[in-house]
Amino acid sequence: MSREASLVTTEWAEQNLSTPGVVFVEVDEDTTAYDGGHLAGAVKVNWKTELQDPVRRDFIDRVGFEKLLSAKGISDEDTVVLYGGNNNWFAAYAYWYFTLYGHQDVKLIDGGRKKWELDGRALVTDTPDRVETTYTAKEQDTSIRALRDEVVAAIGNQNLVDVRSPDEFSGKLFAPAHLPQEAAQRAGHIPTAVNVPWSKAANEDGTFRSDAELTDLYADVDDSRNTIAYCRIGERSSHTWFVLTEILGKKNVKNYDGSWTEYGSLVGVPVETGA
Amino acid sequence: MSDCGAPEQSLDLPVGTSITDQAILQGKVLNGPDPVAGAFVRLLDGTGEFTAEVVSSSAGDFRFYAAPGSWTVRALSRVGNGQASVQAVLGVSPVDVLVG
Repeated sequence: MSREASLVTTEWAEQNLSTPGVVFVEVDEDTTAYDGGHLAGAVKVNWKTELQDPVRRDFIDRVGFEKLLSAKGISDEDTVVLYGGNNNWFAAYAYWYFTLYGHQDVKLIDGGRKKWELDGRALVTDTPDRVETTYTAKEQDTSIRALRDEVVAAIGNQNLVDVRSPDEFSGKLFAPAHLPQEAAQRAGHIPTAVNVPWSKAANEDGTFRSDAELTDLYADVDDSRNTIAYCRIGERSSHTWFVLTEILGKKNVKNYDGSWTEYGSLVGVPVETGA
Repeated sequence: MSDCGAPEQSLDLPVGTSITDQAILQGKVLNGPDPVAGAFVRLLDGTGEFTAEVVSSSAGDFRFYAAPGSWTVRALSRVGNGQASVQAVLGVSPVDVLVG
């Protein structure tokens, strides 16, 4: 993959809002953001109520994903262009999620909603009326998703990249500072993990930093070993997974969506605190 | 910091929020006397490292749940950018950010 294949600019997005075969999808941490205004023609996906199983802590299954995308009017051949607020955290999460279920052509708007709004581009409140499709998903590509036991086994053996803020990594905070401090049972990080905050990969306006800057940022990630990225609930680490896999073209990078809310509540696993 | 007192009573904390073990930073994004809605408000730690970001409300309000210490609050908006430094303590620390 490359930046050209996986990212589009806000200019490109504005010029392609009504291009047949291109579907814009907004995914936000604030699931009400779409309702206040969105890109013309964009559909909304709620990461919490639509992408998560309502009972178990896991994703909806393949059939559930097929039903969801069919109902949204998205077909297998469509180019799905994702964007969202908060520096594309949840749009990057959705990008990873769509990739997990094998969607072939997914892109992210560089800078997401923030860049779009700072550019002063138009938002609308009309919701599109897309015709239902018959979407066919693939089985989950487990080569990009890490589960609990694999993460524990990776301590000291694989690259573990903790992408949270330094204060969450050290154990000073449990959660990002715009959220109430409630989450896992314990604060800290997985032993042997390195702290490369996701935010270092982004400019102030939410766009990704240049290839040269990103290459420098992850220079310590040993390409001869597999890499697992994690954060608190797997959305910021999707942002880093996107950088490592889609922009820098690294292989064998997984996202641990259970992340700290799971690991930090496990009984018996090692935890480190401090920088 | 703004010289106008942040009207804390309009920034009601969510029910159940503990103010005994959290350092809450809150205030308004202002362009002169006018609140700026939809600004991107970024919390930077004592070393300038990004920690969190929220979008200001229709009344220009923002809130962070941080820890005691030195923080910078930086706002980006269509009318301009600005920032303010604040020393957070347990409880509520008010801080306004002027942009434009």
